[in-house]
Amino acid sequence: MAGALRGLSDRTIAWLFIGPTMLILLVINIFPLIWTIKLSFTNYRANRPNAAVSDVGIDNYVSVLTDPDIWLAMQATAHFLFWTIALQMVIGFTLAWLIDRKFRGHGFWTTLILIPMMLSPAVVGNFWAFLYQPQVGLFNYAVAWLSGVPPSSFEMLGSVTLAPWAIIIVDTWMWTPYVMLICLAGLRSIPDYIYEAAEVDRASRWRQFWSITLPMVLPFIMLAVLFRGIENFKMFDMVNLLTSGGPGSATELASITLKREAFEKWRTGYSSAFAIILFVAMFGMANIYVKALNYVKSR
Amino acid sequence: MTTGISTAHSVVEPTPASRWVAGILVAIYALITMIPLAWIILTSIKSPPDSISYPPKIVFEPTAEGYCNLFTTRSRQTPEYIAALPPPAGKCDRVARDNNMVVAGSSNYIPRFVNSLIIAFGSTILSVGFGVMAAYAFSRFKVPLKDDLLFFILSTRMMPPIAVAIPIYLMYRELGLSDTRVGMILLYTAVNISLAVWLLKGFIDEIPREYEEAAMVDGYTRLQAFCKVVLPQATTGIVATAIFCLIFAWNEYAFAVLLTSGDAQTAPPFIPIIIGEGGQDWPAVAAGTTLFLVPILVFTVLLRRHLLRGITFGAVRK
Amino acid sequence: MMKATKLLPGATTLAVATALSLAGTAVQAQDKTITLCWAAWDPANALVELSKDFTAKSGVKMKFEFVPWPNFADRMLNELNSKGKLCDLIIGDSQWIGGSAESGHYVKLNAFFAKEGIKMSDFMPATVTGYSEWPKGTPNYWALPAMADAVGWTYRKDWFAKPEIQGEFKKTFNRDLVPPKTWTEFKQVSEFFQGRMIDGKKIYGAYIFTERGSEGITMGVANVLYPMGFKYADPKKPYAMDGFVNSPDAVKALEFYKAIYKGSTAPGMTNAYMGEGLDAFKSGQVAMMMNWFAFFPGLNKDPNVGGAKIGFFANPSDKGKGVQLGGQGISVVSYSPNKNESLQYIKWFASPDVQKKWQALGGYSAHKAVLNDPGYVKSAPYAQAFLDSMGMVKDFWAEPSYAQLLLAMQKRVHDYVVADKGTAKDALDSLVLDWKKVFKDDDKIK
Repeated sequence: MAGALRGLSDRTIAWLFIGPTMLILLVINIFPLIWTIKLSFTNYRANRPNAAVSDVGIDNYVSVLTDPDIWLAMQATAHFLFWTIALQMVIGFTLAWLIDRKFRGHGFWTTLILIPMMLSPAVVGNFWAFLYQPQVGLFNYAVAWLSGVPPSSFEMLGSVTLAPWAIIIVDTWMWTPYVMLICLAGLRSIPDYIYEAAEVDRASRWRQFWSITLPMVLPFIMLAVLFRGIENFKMFDMVNLLTSGGPGSATELASITLKREAFEKWRTGYSSAFAIILFVAMFGMANIYVKALNYVKSR
Repeated sequence: MTTGISTAHSVVEPTPASRWVAGILVAIYALITMIPLAWIILTSIKSPPDSISYPPKIVFEPTAEGYCNLFTTRSRQTPEYIAALPPPAGKCDRVARDNNMVVAGSSNYIPRFVNSLIIAFGSTILSVGFGVMAAYAFSRFKVPLKDDLLFFILSTRMMPPIAVAIPIYLMYRELGLSDTRVGMILLYTAVNISLAVWLLKGFIDEIPREYEEAAMVDGYTRLQAFCKVVLPQATTGIVATAIFCLIFAWNEYAFAVLLTSGDAQTAPPFIPIIIGEGGQDWPAVAAGTTLFLVPILVFTVLLRRHLLRGITFGAVRK
Repeated sequence: MMKATKLLPGATTLAVATALSLAGTAVQAQDKTITLCWAAWDPANALVELSKDFTAKSGVKMKFEFVPWPNFADRMLNELNSKGKLCDLIIGDSQWIGGSAESGHYVKLNAFFAKEGIKMSDFMPATVTGYSEWPKGTPNYWALPAMADAVGWTYRKDWFAKPEIQGEFKKTFNRDLVPPKTWTEFKQVSEFFQGRMIDGKKIYGAYIFTERGSEGITMGVANVLYPMGFKYADPKKPYAMDGFVNSPDAVKALEFYKAIYKGSTAPGMTNAYMGEGLDAFKSGQVAMMMNWFAFFPGLNKDPNVGGAKIGFFANPSDKGKGVQLGGQGISVVSYSPNKNESLQYIKWFASPDVQKKWQALGGYSAHKAVLNDPGYVKSAPYAQAFLDSMGMVKDFWAEPSYAQLLLAMQKRVHDYVVADKGTAKDALDSLVLDWKKVFKDDDKIK
């Protein structure tokens, strides 16, 4: 094979090497995206192959943006995003900072901590519903044991106020290790001589932390925020299995609404418009964020 | 600022006391986060009544019922009917008879698990294979609009799966790719390839160009240099990338639940719907979950060093 | 698929005709396997047992795909809409018939029935309307009634019979403690049991459907709505829902369901459907459980709560009668490459002997030969309640847009009953608006 390609120029190789990737992305990402855009201007329904399809202009976009239920879903998503990111950053960074002490056996404990992020969110979400069960679930008993309230007196998945926290807890349990890893990478990227220099300047440990550690790890933390933000904006599997959006619509995140519209109500045109709006929102926010990240990095 | 001076003992070394405290805190966190996992494994060897006992049982008599229920389907019969049957053929048969049931057949767990294996490994091989080629090209050659292309590749990762799922669903329906392993492998490859290109480009950028150039001076072609010099150097990166791709493909749920129903269905959409006579058969669900975790746990433990380095490189690069 | 299409060009009638010429020639069917899709529940296991006879007789092997109820509609409608070939036969839910008929997912069975002498008049009228016809009330058949079902109730006979409980109940309400006949009685009984200690365990009054994700809470609340006077639309004017869906009676009924949910159910039953109910009832937590009749044969055989410990009753009445229809018909999927064998299966399944065995193994036959048999009522403790229920069943919308109508109702009712959002009137008013929008999109109303 290599022999037959001996005479290939670098230019040809470049295109041969990039070709398959671009082809797959074009066929399975870009083409569908364009199709989604096209569908979003029609009243097409995938479960009515025989029905007439007509152009409806921007009607779908208008009705998505004026639908109060959609805005409730966006609010639920924002709440979920904010708290999962905040908790994961604080706990993840703390853990990384502790692990960076390089105590004996830190490799073992780090591996152990990583396990939750390897698991399938769907399979795990399903099992957490069992842990949250108010009568037989372990979670309620653990809380009861720690706080003294009767175990069956609260329902993590059944109460409108607690359910949004129930999904935040599971997501934090799963993904804090990921944030920890990125922060650890950041901490290890700080050269020792900077601390040594600070020591010579008699900067206190506390001051070193605020003026060296944190600023130097900040780009990494921001990167973790970006990754987790993108992932949780799309969150579907874990929450769908844990609460399926309930009680009422308390945990109905954007992706769950989208799935209902697209594959249960089969309003293909409408849900395509919603999908495009979500994509544009995420893309826009990520772009602004990346600019901010580059600014922080360049300082 | 003064330049660094050598000290007798490094000031950046933490004190033994702080190490101890850090170690204990990390261990406590690790143990707490292991509780749900331990509970899954414990539940898998409980009997169904024990699994939903109130309050939860920590001490119980282990049983294989969960695993038996995972692999078989059963139907309830009257004791007279069971008494008239020939003696039980195996352990699971015996367990079922004890509960006034007969084994009606084998469950779909094994075919689903096999689908998961084929689809996860198939798509990982493809995305890493194509990814390393693209990453090399982006790293070494002048590609027009390189930055735009790279950003485009990354941006495909931002699409909510459900958003592209609609046209993919329609497309697969037309092409007959719905509920096929090939369809799922292609799909997961497309999702993973952006990550693969980005991660691998980071690794390949780290490999000095001089190595290949020296090899090419010695008479290697570009392709030979790529295969014999660059690829071995990038092993760590390839392994780390493969793990990330594998984890995603192994665990994916949203596409699997929409696009597969039987022939190509993977385990994640299947495990949550294992039910007993009433609601979910928790020991069987836990058994299915436990077995499903094993491959990924083995990978994590065996390849943890690559993983740590992988995420470090990837993070620094981006 | 390609091959099959070439063999049987287009028209269903031709497909049926070809099927008939092949039916009976078991040699032709050697080594053929057909897949039957249904929900994963007790009757499905009985069907596996029953189908062994079919394989023995015809040589056609059977494969089964069973999906639990909460995912059943999603998965199977998805499969049909993607023109999948997974299922040759499908026992699809009653409400799917409109969409499946109009989109061409099911093979029309009229010609086949006529040829084989299968008469719809041999089946209970409610089941023929519910499971086979589209449009409703016309002789266009898309399925054979396979599994008759409705919502029913089971209760702890042993607890009801305890003298101290009997005595206390009589003292409080001045009547005997018997299975409730009306919803008012029901509420008294369930509240009476709520939180009581029996055999050293705290128990709860009732178990009702509250599930959010698929159809649970709608299928539950319907059993209070129908008897109290809720109607889907003006009987004289199709799709005129104002004042029927949100009538004062309907509002009262919805409030009543919430009162039962708040006052007589176990904690944690916020997203509970059939399975959760069975678990709660079997573990001895609940005095009365709402569930589908389909589960009662299994429950009756249950080692812990079966046999003499439990009794069954039909849905309570109020100013009127009514109960939610369940059950399914069996259809041939039009994308199947094995239509011949599938039709052969339906022919076999429709015979009275097989129907009798189906009933005996734990299914529910809709065949008159089974249900009108004088011995039927005595055949099982739930048989009488089942016959009574089949006399008063009503079904949810079976429109092609049923899923949208259902999801709207799931949301509005769950928001009000479980999530404490707004009033019952608000919920039903919003529901009318939601439904109007769906029908407007479908051009059924202006």
